[in-house]
Amino acid sequence: MSGLLAPYQYEFFVKGLLVATLAGGLCGLVGVYITLRGMSYIGHGLSHAIFGGFAAASVISFNYFLGAGIWGLASALAINRVTRKRAIGADAAIGVITTASFALGVALLTKFGNRGPSFDAALFGSILGVGDSDVLVIAGVTLVAVAVVLLRYRALLFSTFDPEVADVSGVRVARVDALLMLVLSLAILATLTVIGVTLVAATLVIPAVVARMLTNSFSRMLWLSTTIGTACGFVGMNASYHLDVPSGTTIVLTGAVLFGAVLAVTGGGRLRRTAGLDDHAAPPAGATPMPARSQAR
Amino acid sequence: MNAHGAGEPLVRLQDVTFAYGAEPVLQDVTLAVRPGAFTGVVGPSGSGKTTLLRLLLGTVRPSRGQVTRAAGTAVSYVPQLETVNWNFPVTAAECVLMARPQGRLAPWASRAERAEVAGVLERLGIGGLGRRHIRELSGGQQQRMFIARALLRQPRMLLLDEPTSGVDVRTRHELLELLAELNRDGLAIMLTTHDLNGIAARLPHLVALHTRVVATGAPAEVITPEVLTRTFDARMEVYQHDGLPVVIDRYRPLRPSSVERAS
Repeated sequence: MSGLLAPYQYEFFVKGLLVATLAGGLCGLVGVYITLRGMSYIGHGLSHAIFGGFAAASVISFNYFLGAGIWGLASALAINRVTRKRAIGADAAIGVITTASFALGVALLTKFGNRGPSFDAALFGSILGVGDSDVLVIAGVTLVAVAVVLLRYRALLFSTFDPEVADVSGVRVARVDALLMLVLSLAILATLTVIGVTLVAATLVIPAVVARMLTNSFSRMLWLSTTIGTACGFVGMNASYHLDVPSGTTIVLTGAVLFGAVLAVTGGGRLRRTAGLDDHAAPPAGATPMPARSQAR
Repeated sequence: MNAHGAGEPLVRLQDVTFAYGAEPVLQDVTLAVRPGAFTGVVGPSGSGKTTLLRLLLGTVRPSRGQVTRAAGTAVSYVPQLETVNWNFPVTAAECVLMARPQGRLAPWASRAERAEVAGVLERLGIGGLGRRHIRELSGGQQQRMFIARALLRQPRMLLLDEPTSGVDVRTRHELLELLAELNRDGLAIMLTTHDLNGIAARLPHLVALHTRVVATGAPAEVITPEVLTRTFDARMEVYQHDGLPVVIDRYRPLRPSSVERAS
């Protein structure tokens, strides 16, 4: 028992644990909307895009959060716009925008060196670099995310389920989408230090998918996913210390083990519920807010 | 009130043309939806039916022409069932309550809202099903759920896109009865349909659409061989049975296919 509690004597671990637990809950909460909108790939891509901002900010010695945040938000809005327009395939557009941004980040760091968090830490997460500012940032972003979900609950739900009818019913879908992209960017940015660029998408997706396997109710899925994410962050961070592997990997592996356990208990029938998570009924082309481009009539 | 409603139009389209690209989907369309109207829009796929609904809803703007709405006209829309993500984790009651997106700030429904949702579900014959997941409802119940969501906004006009697509005959009849009842209560209704015999022939007023308005009027005036030929580019025979036109599809392409032309 004392072995399990051993890391708690270290301040850096306690801070890391706090950030990881909050990060898990935050990603679990935001992940519900991301998975139900069929945007899992956007979460993955956005984290890579933010890495470009991280590198650029590092090279010019600009504030890391601000630089990567602005870069990430711009990427998120660009992705959202491309997804809505469908001028080209959304997945292809996301691939271009985000991997180009990631590649730029790698090129900048290779060429000019790194003046911020280490390259490995940015990719796979680390608790070593967690400071007071990280705790404050993640706490602030979590508060913002919870406030957005509570205050815009119905608009977010309606525009996620049925954006075209939501638009007709008075929901400003474009604004709601932009708000969600903002929250997603902030969430990825705030969790990047402990979870890492390459693994943050899993923390968005796994808790939401597990929650979906457990319930048919949206409100229950929200709190279940948040709770599962929080638990994964807490357990994963402890495992990270004891196994001496990057925190992002253990947090994601904890979620994966939980997914396997829930699948084993609930059976394949429950898995089918999640099969349609990407069947989001996007507004047909031509409907607001999607510009009229396709020939759908 | 006449067959296509009476009074000042709720929505009027005047010489409206709409194009997604270079080729217009709708051209020079002029029509009005008046209070109490019950209109069906028929036409082949790609004839502009859904675009017409979007213009009436205001989700797209015309490339040319004018769309005018009477002040304070609330319009509700029931989407095609095929476009819905049935795996979405939402119960019937949660789905209906979506119609109140600008409701109170708290995410959960108030007691009054819950009573209102229960009332509208009861009115549509699906009371007691509010806690069911949307996939667990039958096709007819799913359609009623979306109509309930539409009615919660207390609209003056209800637009439905292919409401009877994929439902069985009995459900189709029940749905038509339900819409007729809502119409008798004063709700203007416009729906699109491919079903000439099961739906269109039973409606009081029809619009035949093929990019342009081919014909409007009572079923007897629209469901004629001449109008159907111009609308669908295919020959159809029309008979009378119990006072209703009955269309027999004798599909023979009017023009040789490209394969035949090539040979």
